[in-house]
Amino acid sequence: MKVRTPLAADALAPDEGGRYGVYGGRYAPETLMAPLEELSRAYDRLRRKRSFTRRLRHLLEHYVGRPTPLYFAERLTEQLGGARIYLKREDLLHTGAHKINNALGQVLLAREMGKTRIIAETGAGQHGVATATAAALLGLDCVVYMGEEDMRRQRLNVYRMQLLGAEVVAVDAGSQTLKDAINEAFRDWVASFADTHYVLGTVTGPEPYPRMVRQFHSVIGAEARRQLRRLAGTADPDVAVACVGGGSNAMGLFSAFLDRPDVLLVGVEAGGRGPDLGDHAARFAGGTLGVLHGARTLVLQDEEGQVVGTHSVSAGLDYPAVGPEHVFLHEHGQIEFTSATDQEAIDAFHLLSATEGILPALESAHAIAEVERRAPGMDGDQVILVNLSGRGDKDVESVLEYDAASGPGAPTFSSASGSGSGSAEGDDR
Amino acid sequence: MSPLRKRPAPRGAIGAAFSRCSQGKRSAFIPFLVAGDPSLEATPDLLRALVAGGADVIELGVAFSDPIADGPTIQRASHRALVAGSSLSAVLGIVERHREELGVPIVLFTYYNPVHARGVEVFAAQAADSGVDGVLCVDLPPDEGLLELQPALEERGVDSIYLIAATSTRERIDRAAASSNGFVYYTARSDVTGERDDLIPTLAREVRRVRRRVRLPVAVGFGISTPEQVGEVARVAHGVVVGSSLVRLVEENAAEADLAARLERRVGELTAPLLR
Repeated sequence: MKVRTPLAADALAPDEGGRYGVYGGRYAPETLMAPLEELSRAYDRLRRKRSFTRRLRHLLEHYVGRPTPLYFAERLTEQLGGARIYLKREDLLHTGAHKINNALGQVLLAREMGKTRIIAETGAGQHGVATATAAALLGLDCVVYMGEEDMRRQRLNVYRMQLLGAEVVAVDAGSQTLKDAINEAFRDWVASFADTHYVLGTVTGPEPYPRMVRQFHSVIGAEARRQLRRLAGTADPDVAVACVGGGSNAMGLFSAFLDRPDVLLVGVEAGGRGPDLGDHAARFAGGTLGVLHGARTLVLQDEEGQVVGTHSVSAGLDYPAVGPEHVFLHEHGQIEFTSATDQEAIDAFHLLSATEGILPALESAHAIAEVERRAPGMDGDQVILVNLSGRGDKDVESVLEYDAASGPGAPTFSSASGSGSGSAEGDDR
Repeated sequence: MSPLRKRPAPRGAIGAAFSRCSQGKRSAFIPFLVAGDPSLEATPDLLRALVAGGADVIELGVAFSDPIADGPTIQRASHRALVAGSSLSAVLGIVERHREELGVPIVLFTYYNPVHARGVEVFAAQAADSGVDGVLCVDLPPDEGLLELQPALEERGVDSIYLIAATSTRERIDRAAASSNGFVYYTARSDVTGERDDLIPTLAREVRRVRRRVRLPVAVGFGISTPEQVGEVARVAHGVVVGSSLVRLVEENAAEADLAARLERRVGELTAPLLR
């Protein structure tokens, strides 16, 4: 059943300036323009170079653990009583999330470009851990910028990065989350580009980042199609679902289905505490066109063009802008966007843990929440493909705090004391 | 239909200010402050102090929530200004009320998002009506600016000023020069804004490299904070921009009754080397 009219192939690629329609581009301080042009050229040269792609493929297979399994979630399917649910198990990758696909690609690229130092921003810590890992593997220095609030939420990942030899720099500006970490990484890069590559962790930023990060993650969708054909008897699911912070795991999955008219693509944003500006990170619900971190895209901002605070229980989705290609594809009817609240994500976290023995990352739990809503209304012969973009070990403490703060009735942890909360107050960084 | 067509020599109030300086055989002094720091009420007095101290052109900073090109001093000032209620609307209001009285050209120094949020056409019209002489968007290189903001400003006679950096290729220098009116802004350091102990040793050579390719006046900023540095830069540049050290003076003296007088005195010290 045709659910959309795909765009022509040439409409899907950005133009030379990195623009997807009116979105994207390269809005950067002049000092970074030449380094960005150099990066675009280096990336375009290397992605066509056999020795580079072979080396990356080798590392993805033997070091990272690709291909990841596609798993038929039988008990979850039974419990929800509708469509057959398949999980793309990016959570099983080395370092615990899809982020390593891109981090390894970019760090390899950086080394080929002769850079000796790597910088990155991180929100949930997964991109930071992945980048620190790739830098350790390839022998490059690594500095990761992380908001203080996120360091509190994800202190295990902070220590992991330090164990991997990276320096983690606390960012205490603004909301102390992902957006501020990106600001600080750009400030570093403007002075350090000569020997440093900035490994931006998602499909936003100035050209070439959106297309480069997407390409490094496109292996997710490509594998999933092959595996679905074998496992479900069809390469094309009825629905493909992924959570969307910046949108890298979603672009990685969706990229394989953009030319398939039968596949409904659904991105799930962070609905946070509710629909008021500042309480969520649902750019497609509350965002307006803006320019942030090098790209023109949807931004959560006030009428004066000041970027507003966001909230999500999951640090990786807690970001006020979204990858420009998502906005372009949404405008052309290719991707549907919805959101899941903190509570729905937490519930989905519990559901997947209890039914399948899989603790999803809180980011990925947003995608599971959408599956919960959607699957029961679908037929038993229909297929939902979900990108399980990361594992939830890092989030156990956050879930514990959330459940404790929610008081009686919260599943599993209802007897815990109410000492913790999701707010910045009383943090012990 | 090339957007890179040659422009006439400086025009408007900014061009006239540089011409006057050049007739006086000196460089222009261009101080920077963040509008609304420490408060919107204090800003007009501080602008008067800049003029009294010898400013030839004023760069008025528009506070933004995510100032990726700024170091800690201007980040803090932007934050204070936003807390104090500053915004692009407020800044345009200040210019509208005080531009004539101040008598020196005002360049808005801003990130692109506040301008973009307003809509470039609306912004250009309001900027022109308020008496804004020029606009420099830190994160809007000519590659993007020529497609969007530039035509709207051009139509209303407001100058566009673009940055040139040490990393700018010859093509990029030419593009910035051909796209700018009034002057071009050369960033003396590949870094964020902020005070530095030393100028980079190759600065004079770099500025001459730019001047050879650019017909407009070349102002130099980023990392210039002492009278000695101003004097040194003035030997090669048509204009000298000082930002962070003045912003820091405002920060450290915000509670003092004679803040404006202190600022005027400091600007006087900074402009002294230009008048010798």
